Amino acid sequence: MGALLLLSALAILAVRRALGSRLIYGACALLSVALASIALLSLLAPQSQLAVFELPVGLPLGRTLLGLDPLSAAFVVVINVAASIVSGYAIGYGVHAPEPRRVVPFYPAFIAGMNLVLLAQDAFSFLIGWEFMSLASWALVVSDHASAENRRAALIYLIMATGGALTLLFAFGLLAGPAGGYAFAQIRQITAPGVGPLVLALALVGAGSKAGLVPLHAWLPLAHPAAPSHVSALMSGAMTKVAVYGFVRIVFDIAGPPSWWWSIPVLVVAGITTLLGVLYALMEHDLKRLLAYHTVENIGIIFIGLGLALAFEASGLKSAAALALTAAIFHVFNHSLFKSLLFLGSGAVLHATGERDMEHLGGLIHRMPITAVCFLAGCVAISALPPFNGFVSEWLTFQGILLSPQLPQWIPRLLVPAVGATLACSAALAAACFVKAFGMTFLGRPRGAAASGAHETDRWSQCAMLLFAVLCLAAGTLPGFVMDALAPVMQMILGARLAPQSTQPLLRIAPIDPARSAYNGALVLVMILVAAAATALIVRRFASHALRRSAIWDCGFPDASPATQYTPGSFAQPIRRVFGSTVFRAREHVAMPKPGDPGTARLHVDLHDTLWEALYLPVIRFIDSVTVRVNRLQFLTIRRYLTLVFSALVLLLIIVGVWR
Amino acid sequence: MRLNWLTQFAQIIVVLALAPLLTGVTRKIRSRLLRRRGASIAQPYCDLLKLIRKEVVVAENASWLFRAAPYVIFATTWVAAALVPTFAMGLPLGAAADMIVIVALLGTARFMLALAGLDVGTSFGGIGSSREMMFASLAEPAMLMAVFTLSLFAGSTELSSISSFMLGPHAGLNISLALALVALIIVAIGENARIPVDNPATHLELTMVHEAMILEYSGRHLAVIEAAASVKLLLYLSVIGCVFIPWGTAMAGANPIAYVIGFASYLLKLLLLGFLLSVFETAIAKMRVFRVPDFLGVALMLGLLGTMLLFVSKVPR
Repeated sequence: MGALLLLSALAILAVRRALGSRLIYGACALLSVALASIALLSLLAPQSQLAVFELPVGLPLGRTLLGLDPLSAAFVVVINVAASIVSGYAIGYGVHAPEPRRVVPFYPAFIAGMNLVLLAQDAFSFLIGWEFMSLASWALVVSDHASAENRRAALIYLIMATGGALTLLFAFGLLAGPAGGYAFAQIRQITAPGVGPLVLALALVGAGSKAGLVPLHAWLPLAHPAAPSHVSALMSGAMTKVAVYGFVRIVFDIAGPPSWWWSIPVLVVAGITTLLGVLYALMEHDLKRLLAYHTVENIGIIFIGLGLALAFEASGLKSAAALALTAAIFHVFNHSLFKSLLFLGSGAVLHATGERDMEHLGGLIHRMPITAVCFLAGCVAISALPPFNGFVSEWLTFQGILLSPQLPQWIPRLLVPAVGATLACSAALAAACFVKAFGMTFLGRPRGAAASGAHETDRWSQCAMLLFAVLCLAAGTLPGFVMDALAPVMQMILGARLAPQSTQPLLRIAPIDPARSAYNGALVLVMILVAAAATALIVRRFASHALRRSAIWDCGFPDASPATQYTPGSFAQPIRRVFGSTVFRAREHVAMPKPGDPGTARLHVDLHDTLWEALYLPVIRFIDSVTVRVNRLQFLTIRRYLTLVFSALVLLLIIVGVWR
Repeated sequence: MRLNWLTQFAQIIVVLALAPLLTGVTRKIRSRLLRRRGASIAQPYCDLLKLIRKEVVVAENASWLFRAAPYVIFATTWVAAALVPTFAMGLPLGAAADMIVIVALLGTARFMLALAGLDVGTSFGGIGSSREMMFASLAEPAMLMAVFTLSLFAGSTELSSISSFMLGPHAGLNISLALALVALIIVAIGENARIPVDNPATHLELTMVHEAMILEYSGRHLAVIEAAASVKLLLYLSVIGCVFIPWGTAMAGANPIAYVIGFASYLLKLLLLGFLLSVFETAIAKMRVFRVPDFLGVALMLGLLGTMLLFVSKVPR
């Protein structure tokens, strides 16, 4: 707790010490490591009692209660593992920021805000932390305020964040009831009748808008890329997880027992989010925005797990609920690792080339070998391919889906296979998306001068990315330990846990029953390595060793210009034609020059952000038209103002009179 | 236990040894159906031998990924194939990975292949990779839905258990199984670049997908990739064989005669499925690329329908 306050204090100190930004980032890294290890110890220690600290500061209505129960501890570990490595990256990367004074002071405050949300044991400190986190990250988004695009992103972010916090405020208000006990322990004891559905809706909107559930995701792909890359990594890798924590805390922990139909809106929204997130990502050719849209997809996967857990819990299937919730929180951990890694990689690319647009990148595997290896590891992990970690949590989610015929109600029984199909589809589309992201950025020939003159990033950044890549592989090959570490969370929320996994033979995991399904990441990795080594040995022993470098063959007609390579747009074209014609109303038309005109023919593609146009534009237009009308009130004469005031008074008096 | 490991080891070798033969047999049958004489069924072995003796020509700007990818592709495909019970059940490594893992391992191989296609930076490589990933975006979920149907039916995601269940008294004819079979067959055709989807024999630039990605490969690299393609075909046919024609497979710990019978029945199954594949291939014309999503979409919908029917009926365990 002291460390947390120190972080905030550091933030203020840092304002005057812009040159010492390396020191600040280093201190952030150390403090995050400390927080993560405290939380990990409390998670692993058996039967640790919940210690609640009461801080002397706080709002008049409630005291500030901080504590570390298993749910908080699990998320504190996730957030601070990501934060510590990202801070290490920032020691090298952060000094390149054009205006460090706009970044460095808010960075520790942002981490502190996230930790405050997680440690809070009452609604007030939760919301204060939430707002702290939102505002600090808003300041970081707007740090590069020169571009109009970033200012627009920041504005949209601010509006959405405010709205989200407001709905959470209402949710807590409803939960606390008229008696107004705002500590989580008090809320847990009172079960206000009938508020459940409303609280679910408010939590889904409030936490969902921060996490990026469709259709509340609109700010995310704008704001996340606008921030400096290490902040983007934290926003995507860590802050969305705090939102997931908020949802789990409210809906699973303090809102009382769920009804079975609560899972339906969660599953529907999650399924749509998963599929739309990855399709949006595929259409994108800005590397950082692609990653941000992918965060939307992964949030969908996490919420699929949460929705399943709700359905199972409401039907009393405790062990199935524990499986689904473990899958969701495991995916939270995994996503925080590989998404941070990918954003750090995109930051290295951005720094080396000054480009985020993949249309101008290419061939960086030769100039940035370490970054390329790490980015590749992240791509394999996020595409849910074995033996990396993304696969394990998706495998667990699939196992949860396969248990759902046990559900007694027929609506979820019909819904779950459809959700499973969207999850399967999105896994395959994610692979396509990351073939595109890696292939267009790192492979091929450079598509511009920026890409051909790139250089490898600094040592700090390389170490941070390598560390993330190693963690991704470790979590993928030793999943049993992660699942066991999450067991106290399941015990706390559901009162049931999965069978211990790390005692299974040969490091395998078998969440339900070894005869039913098992996965052994370590063995799969060993088998792949052995098979590859055996093949390489056989080929080395029996095959010709001759190797000649020559010009590209390309079926006999090599194309001279790198511009003839496949571009991100052309790579996504088949998928755009298959999925995009309905989702994005994608239309292609060719503008041919008139006969005799030597001008070039052009291919135009129209893409529509259907959700933005259908949901947000009408609201914006409405607000615009109302404000234009109300604006006239600013330019009245004094006489008219007095009339206005007088008539308002009369009106109010009439209302009061009628009321009595 | 020792016998099981022996079986596992034999299986690892068998899938590798039989794969080119299967490719040769299907080519032979196809040629005969087209009233050609066709090459010997040992031709794929000769091709591989020829390729590994040749010099490798690598483009100047190819990266390490281009040279490493063939081995990764081959290794993941080989591991996946080694997990499918072919002639005997009770593979000890089968407990390490279920059917979802097999699908995902093939996904890893495809991911690397698509990246390798992009590495040199040619338009052919790009066209191959982008179309392969588009096909995969429908074929992989279709395969997963078929897997879901099977595992809901048998109460397990492991192939050995599914296969044993199919042999047992509880397995009856079921509409979901039929749907899963059709979905699996369509996916097998699509994923192995067989005729209505792709033509493994063509070098006509606009019709090729798989060949376009490996256009820059030569020598031993090409040999390894070709071998991986053969193993993949064998894998799909083995999966279909072990789930839908489970009879004859040796049980774990059976006597040696059962193993001999199991091996003979496995060869027969492969021959039968290879024959059916060739007949199908000669009977149908190749599709336009943008017809393929409809074809694979049918598989996805059938798989989903099969799963949903099982979810609604109370059969699943």
